[in-house]
Amino acid sequence: MIRALGWVLRRDLLLAFRRRGDVVNALVFFVIVVSLFPLGVGPEASQLRNMAPGVLWVAALLACMLSLARLYAPDHQDGTLEQMLLAGEPLVVLVMGKVISHWLMSGLPLVLIAPLLGLQFDLPGDALAVLCVSLLIGTPVLSLIGAVGAALTLGVRGSGVLVALLVLPLYVPVLIFGAGSVGAVASGTGAEAHLMLLGGFLALSLVLAPWASAAALRIAME
Amino acid sequence: MSKSGRFSWFYFSSPQSFYPLAGTLQPWFAALAVILCAVGLYISFFVAPTDAQQGESYRIIFIHVPAAWMSMFLYLVMGFWSGVGLVFNTRLSSMVATALAPTGALFTFIALWTGALWGKPTWGTWWVWDARLTSELILLFLYIGFMALQAAIDDQRRADKAGAVLALVGVINVPIIYFSVKWWSTLHQGASVSMTGAPTMAKTMLLGMLIMALGFWMYSIAATLARVRCVILERERHTDWVAAEIGAQT
Repeated sequence: MIRALGWVLRRDLLLAFRRRGDVVNALVFFVIVVSLFPLGVGPEASQLRNMAPGVLWVAALLACMLSLARLYAPDHQDGTLEQMLLAGEPLVVLVMGKVISHWLMSGLPLVLIAPLLGLQFDLPGDALAVLCVSLLIGTPVLSLIGAVGAALTLGVRGSGVLVALLVLPLYVPVLIFGAGSVGAVASGTGAEAHLMLLGGFLALSLVLAPWASAAALRIAME
Repeated sequence: MSKSGRFSWFYFSSPQSFYPLAGTLQPWFAALAVILCAVGLYISFFVAPTDAQQGESYRIIFIHVPAAWMSMFLYLVMGFWSGVGLVFNTRLSSMVATALAPTGALFTFIALWTGALWGKPTWGTWWVWDARLTSELILLFLYIGFMALQAAIDDQRRADKAGAVLALVGVINVPIIYFSVKWWSTLHQGASVSMTGAPTMAKTMLLGMLIMALGFWMYSIAATLARVRCVILERERHTDWVAAEIGAQT
């Protein structure tokens, strides 16, 4: 099982490495969306500091959601997915491998670049640290929930818009506590409670989401 | 009820045998809905006393609160039938789930709309980002997502099952979303607006609200039965019995 997980992971990462543009595009999308907000609402530092957590988190949600199209669709098109379903390994493990590689390619880069963008919004150091930690815990949840949405809309017409409709309402708790944790540091109440709840979401979705995604994949490939 | 003479719960799980049953039951539930709503509206407009603080404008809660209850309850019912359809592979359960979604979305919309109408004179604003309002809005998005997913998939079996998985994921998420939004709104603005703090309700108000809720419940059953009959006819149109049914009516 571990070998199957490693195999899926290695294959997806290798594919992504060969097509680096896809990963970079999602990252650039994130940077552009975040940079649009000061242009839209004005450059006052105090106002930007207040809205930075929300802006960064919403942009992270959107960037993660956009890259969901890459999760199953290419494998579905060239028939690899069918072979994965036929393989002797449990489908949940293969789904898990794909989710991990999706997070490594779309979630982790956001975590790494977020402090830089936070600086543009004049966030203080401790808030930047919490922003990184919250994104580190929260973005895997986005990939996990997104995997369910991506599997449900696999090969459906208009799946790009549809996946947004399905997945974004389910992202609400992550957004609330992700952005809330940074806000809590700024207001001096401490971010532990928020981060613990985010960790709880991660644990829950780690158990349930791969299973639901595997079920949805089987339905899609019937 | 079945042909061998023994009663079987599974007899009505076939669309063919459920179709006439739904047709028989539907007018009764519709009549009950009309009667209960008429009585409930009479109580709420003429019998219930005027509220000391809110005046007459509070009367909209007789529609608002039952609609909000039904919107959440119907999502659970939809999740239940989706689960049954997924586990036992019964087509009728999925059809019922499909038929429930528009009614649930309707009640969610009514709850939001009447809430806005009530909020304007009472809070002085059409909308506040209160926990209940926000989670109700997200519930509407969940209903819309369910209907959009089913509408986008051409293969009927796949649409049923994909919708069922989504509904079950939603059922797990609804409480999480509710509590997230609740904690979020208390963190942000304090409990400035809350309906739980309302003073003890007069008995007639509670009675009117309960009767309205029952009326809405009956309406939901009637509307779902009517819609499930349409769904059955549409999906079973290739069968002989549907041809006979339609031929008998025309």
